[in-house]
Amino acid sequence: MRERDDEWTGLMRSAIEGDSAAYHRLLKAVTPVLRAAARRGLARAGQPVDQSEDIVQDILLAVHLKRHTWDVSAPFAPWLFAIARNKLIDALRRRGRRIFVDIDDFAETLPSEIPAETASASEVAAQLKTLPARQREVLHSIAVEAASIKDTAAKFSMSEGAVRVALHRGLASLTAKLREH
Amino acid sequence: MDTDQLIRTLAADNAHRARPVGFALMLALLAAAPVSLLMFFTELGVRPDIMVAIRNPFFDLKFAVTLALAIAAIAVSLHLSRPEASLRGFGWLLLAPVGILAAAIGGEMMTPQRMPMMTRMVGKNSSVCLVAIPLLSLPLLAGSLIGLRHGAPSRPAVSGAIAGLLSAGLAATLYASHCTDDSPLFVAAWYTIATALVTAVGALAGAKLLRY
Repeated sequence: MRERDDEWTGLMRSAIEGDSAAYHRLLKAVTPVLRAAARRGLARAGQPVDQSEDIVQDILLAVHLKRHTWDVSAPFAPWLFAIARNKLIDALRRRGRRIFVDIDDFAETLPSEIPAETASASEVAAQLKTLPARQREVLHSIAVEAASIKDTAAKFSMSEGAVRVALHRGLASLTAKLREH
Repeated sequence: MDTDQLIRTLAADNAHRARPVGFALMLALLAAAPVSLLMFFTELGVRPDIMVAIRNPFFDLKFAVTLALAIAAIAVSLHLSRPEASLRGFGWLLLAPVGILAAAIGGEMMTPQRMPMMTRMVGKNSSVCLVAIPLLSLPLLAGSLIGLRHGAPSRPAVSGAIAGLLSAGLAATLYASHCTDDSPLFVAAWYTIATALVTAVGALAGAKLLRY
């Protein structure tokens, strides 16, 4: 656990300094842990665990948009688990259940119960359709077609700066829509 | 969208840097302050005998109390804007204005006074105080909540309440320069009620607005 936490903290520091590959690796590394905890929370609330991916994506968006509240001199895991816990409680409450979520649910995930696959979720995909066309196209190009910012800019004859703005705005309004939803 | 695709998209947005919460809070308060100042100068204004009043230590102590409240609340609200933070270890900061006020009351008790205690506490401006502080704090409360929305507080209602204390502290600082009641007993009674009102509004608004 300790090694894992140190590795996450190191990756997040590199990410903040502008290393997008480190950021990608960090998000990939935390996702299975988040998924396992979301499944456990759903199971305990008597909810179908196949909704866990919506919660995972909700947490990842919050992590992304709130990462400036992480103190670079602090360990990353407590910050991450606080966000995840908040989002999990929110999600369970929206489904009509009040449930106590222990922070240890995240911290003590055993490697053996971590499912490795990526899964599809419906909520983000549904809200994606309601975004303005430009933001939707840019998000689609980067997410689904795996195009770089540069290629996306060329494809839509936009500047790279405009692609970055559309990308960030798209993610921010996606999160706002999920919250209202 | 599957999660791998979402992660790829988030990584592509890594270059985007959000401003720190403290910066957002400062900008929002600077934008809100002129509204409160305008309300203050058009409706109330500084008391006419201000130059004499500043030589009265109990007049000056009002500002020590209200500014201590505002500064402590700013520090606590920024601390709470981090998701893993709690009031523990930080909440005591909010006792600073209470301590200053208690010391001021003690000081007043030990100096001879022309008016009896009850008269000093009830004062002449209690109803203005109860209306002015909450109204002057509303623009500042709106500003604080907008600024704090950049954070990720784990308990939005608590953070909203602290935003209420923050804006009430700033509004009371303005009002204190208008009010001719300088007794710390007056401050303890009426400023406290006005502040509690703003804090309650802040908690209710925060519970809705500060969720992330």
